[in-house]
Amino acid sequence: MDQTIKFTIDGTIVTTQKGLTIVEAAKDNGIYIPTLCNFEGAKPKGCCRMCTIKINSRYMTACTTPAADGMEIESNTEEITDIRKSIIELLFVSGNHFCPACEKSGNCELQALAYKYQMLVPRFPFIFPQKGIDASSPRLMKEQNRCIACKRCIKTIKDEEGRNYFAYKNRGYALEVILDPELGKDIPEDLAKLAMENCPVGSIIYKEKGFDEPIGSRKFDKTPIGSEIEV
Amino acid sequence: MNKKVIATTSLAGCFGCHMSFLDIDERILDLVELVEFNKSPIDDIKVFTKRVDIGIIEGGCCNTENIEVLKSFRENCDVLVSLGECAIMGGLPALRNGIPIEECLREAYLDGPTVSENKEGILPNDEELPMLLDNVYPCHEIVKIDYFLPGCAPRADLIWDALVALVTGDEMNLPYEVVKFD
Repeated sequence: MDQTIKFTIDGTIVTTQKGLTIVEAAKDNGIYIPTLCNFEGAKPKGCCRMCTIKINSRYMTACTTPAADGMEIESNTEEITDIRKSIIELLFVSGNHFCPACEKSGNCELQALAYKYQMLVPRFPFIFPQKGIDASSPRLMKEQNRCIACKRCIKTIKDEEGRNYFAYKNRGYALEVILDPELGKDIPEDLAKLAMENCPVGSIIYKEKGFDEPIGSRKFDKTPIGSEIEV
Repeated sequence: MNKKVIATTSLAGCFGCHMSFLDIDERILDLVELVEFNKSPIDDIKVFTKRVDIGIIEGGCCNTENIEVLKSFRENCDVLVSLGECAIMGGLPALRNGIPIEECLREAYLDGPTVSENKEGILPNDEELPMLLDNVYPCHEIVKIDYFLPGCAPRADLIWDALVALVTGDEMNLPYEVVKFD
């Protein structure tokens, strides 16, 4: 049976194999749909809504929706672009994203998306939350005011027995992603570095490292996020 | 052509944005052909002496004096530009947001590890001093701001392109490399 399906993104016909999500199918066809909470290899969650698209005029998340034959998808339209930009702005005002003082600046996906969508100033008022910092682990620091609760660390950082190093704490507005105080004490160096790398923002910081890449040679200094996908 | 009039100020900032302004290097010679400066630390004119076309604000608002200066810029300038992260989102001074003022003052003047000369334990209390605000505020949360140029400091090329666009009325370029937050 032929497993090839065909659909359109902004009028461009794309073909893909059945079973892929729209984000994956778009990527295979050289079309970048921005994501933040989505992480390759981990189960998509669709919580950050960055990948919002319109499928046959309905808003959906491209990271959780399987591509299907005949879909008509809107992605890079004025409307969708403004929705994505407003999500970035909401994330900026609801945390303390002081880019000049952040170790992740230049390698931060939230910042890179703000650059891509040319956020000059958020349209919403700043909250300046005071959620605190957990620096009790010898290798990692968890700055809660930068956390966007994307769950990428929870999904990808596990020990040999499959136990999570990170977990949710509290609910609703008080929700925080915390580092397990017991497991965090002995987190191996490579896993701690991976945790910082997998965090899309500067919420998980590998201690005693600081700023080691000069401005101009960091990941998103010269290359916009997603440009490796776009043809 | 009448020269456009520019005014600049640094509120709760570090003057880094003004330094970046000077990084336009020899283009400053072209600039003086296009504009004249009024109230600004660059020419040291302290008060507005005429109507200003473009007001450039560095820094956010951390005290009552910042608010007063910002409001006078709004009154005297046709167009206001927030220059740099501090003006746009409070920047580093806003790291104190959420910490009670008393705690900040105690840390700076009484309990901090580098305090050595304040034996009488005095907190600054002269009535001439402006009062600190509860938080550090971005400028656009105090008055209407027309344009925003991010960066810490904003790249000189960004400042130059913005000024040329404002003076000539042409559309502005925003190349990827110059719009940065750090």
